[in-house]
Amino acid sequence: MISLAGRDILHSWRKFLLTGIGLGLLIGVTFSMAGVYRGMVDDAQALLSNSGADLWVVQQGTQGPYAESSSLRDDLVHGIEGMPGVALAANVTYFNMQVRRGDSEVRAMVVGIEPGKPGSPSHLVAGRPLSRSHYEALADVRTGFALGDRIRLRRHDYEVVGLTRRMVSSGGDPMVFIPLKDAQQAQFLKDNDAIVNERARSAANPAFNRPGVPGLLEAVVASQTSSHQVNAVLVQVREGFAPAQVAEPIRRWKHLQVYDRAGMEEILVAKLIATSAKQIGMFLVILSIVSAAIVAFIIYTMTMGKIREIAVLKLIGTRNSTIASMILQQALGLGLIGFFVGKLAATLWAPIFPKYVLLLPRDALTGLGVVLLICALASTLAIRIAIKVDPAEAIGG
Amino acid sequence: MSITLLPPSASAAEPGSGILVQGLRKVYGQGQTAVEALKQVDMVVGPGEVVGLVGPSGSGKSTLLKCLGAIIEPTAGRMVLGGKVLYDQAWASRDLSALRRDHIGFVFQAPYLIPFLDVTDNVALLPMLAGMPNAAARRRALELLTELDMAHRAQAAPSQLSGGEQQRVSIARALANRPAVILADEPTAPLDSERALGVMRLLGRMARQSQAAVIVVTHDEKIIPTFQRLYHIRDGRTVEEAGQGRSLD
Repeated sequence: MISLAGRDILHSWRKFLLTGIGLGLLIGVTFSMAGVYRGMVDDAQALLSNSGADLWVVQQGTQGPYAESSSLRDDLVHGIEGMPGVALAANVTYFNMQVRRGDSEVRAMVVGIEPGKPGSPSHLVAGRPLSRSHYEALADVRTGFALGDRIRLRRHDYEVVGLTRRMVSSGGDPMVFIPLKDAQQAQFLKDNDAIVNERARSAANPAFNRPGVPGLLEAVVASQTSSHQVNAVLVQVREGFAPAQVAEPIRRWKHLQVYDRAGMEEILVAKLIATSAKQIGMFLVILSIVSAAIVAFIIYTMTMGKIREIAVLKLIGTRNSTIASMILQQALGLGLIGFFVGKLAATLWAPIFPKYVLLLPRDALTGLGVVLLICALASTLAIRIAIKVDPAEAIGG
Repeated sequence: MSITLLPPSASAAEPGSGILVQGLRKVYGQGQTAVEALKQVDMVVGPGEVVGLVGPSGSGKSTLLKCLGAIIEPTAGRMVLGGKVLYDQAWASRDLSALRRDHIGFVFQAPYLIPFLDVTDNVALLPMLAGMPNAAARRRALELLTELDMAHRAQAAPSQLSGGEQQRVSIARALANRPAVILADEPTAPLDSERALGVMRLLGRMARQSQAAVIVVTHDEKIIPTFQRLYHIRDGRTVEEAGQGRSLD
């Protein structure tokens, strides 16, 4: 038996192809939305993986340092280094800022690191690691900076000495790494005018400026102009120790919050991007409904345009099942064209998106299944109409 | 035109072949709204015979054609096609599609070829639907197209054919499954005299060759003299008359 659906498609292949391409672009948008969600999850996982940490030690009662603000004294790291099972511990600071690049600005996450310790980028695509304790920076390629460029952060300029790739915040902002001390200054220190005002305020405060206590005011002012705060301490555990085993004494004796990789992933994926995921989920549902409506409309229109042929086919003895199969095959054919066009379109335009779009093969396979299911369901309306066509329509009267 | 009324039984056809219709009735609706479209239809058309079915609008021609074509179910009566009882107070089979496909050929006023199939496959489709392998069905189609002098257009699309060529292909399609009866609904209506007579000549020749009974529903005055027998349908009843049977050869 010849394929009636195949012949009909070949007969009007231009119309079919154009319709499929139109549908495919819509499916491409759907794939891209799914890719944006996958990209967000991947960004979060990349953030955790690239930090090289097994444990994140943060301020007690907080879900820092990515989902909430967390502030720790930077000398806590020494106590943590001495805890059982700790191989390496390092202070880190994180803050987002608009970084000037030429005439434009780029939003970046500035990370203060101790070179060679957890928190530092594990690999560079160009240049070298930070080797001086001040005014050097590593920038992700997505910032647009090149080796040798100078980055202005608050009051200082930093020279880009190395480039990283896929080092992004959970929000997808590219990272700029600078030495910890510089980052502490940039994050916590006030500008000159504010410092002058603060000094005047302290001098006017009798509690800090007591005649009988020499050096008190100087000590207070000194504490105001230096920062010893960090956002988190990243810990690598020693071989043979389980992260939970190392985390417990830190939590117990240092009175700090400690998260392992799974806990931090839970915060980032399930909490931080949960709203965005729901938003994208809603888009996916709406796009699926729109796609189904479009396929149903197209197949319905195509079927209505063939009512006479269907009546003739039924009159000469074609079974309803053969006609239903023809319509279903056409709907599935349209879905297949749409799927391949959509996949191609999503792959081609993914790099243009400002945020990372991750198109996973298993998502594509699921998408194919959903597209075919939607097409099959959408064809039922046309099939119902075709089955109801009276063969007598072919002979009139 | 002289009209001689003949009883149905006077036909030369054998009840075991062609088509035999006895006491066919069709009532639409029920109770007070019931309309009796066919009251008493009796017809006999022998194998290879071409008869005309004429009647004014509303006389029941279309209803009769639909009953004969197994499209609607009669209310009562009996139909025998090619020696097989098709209907006797009930259809012989619930699968009316198969009944139509295997026993009845249709030729329409317009050819209504399937536009996405080429000429060969338009003809071969019926044998394929009946389960014949594609190659055998196409051979059968080519045989018929050759008979109808259409073999040279076998690969053409219907849209590439003239109206007359399309009608010849539709005749080939009607014959493809060697039906016992061919029902032709106004097959010459859009054609001029010469082409209309050409179509009738073809139908007659193919009916004789395939031994199919042909019933032509028509208003076309040009072709009425070509029938040897005519059935008039009036107020739901058939009346047979002798036609002129003018030779077309």
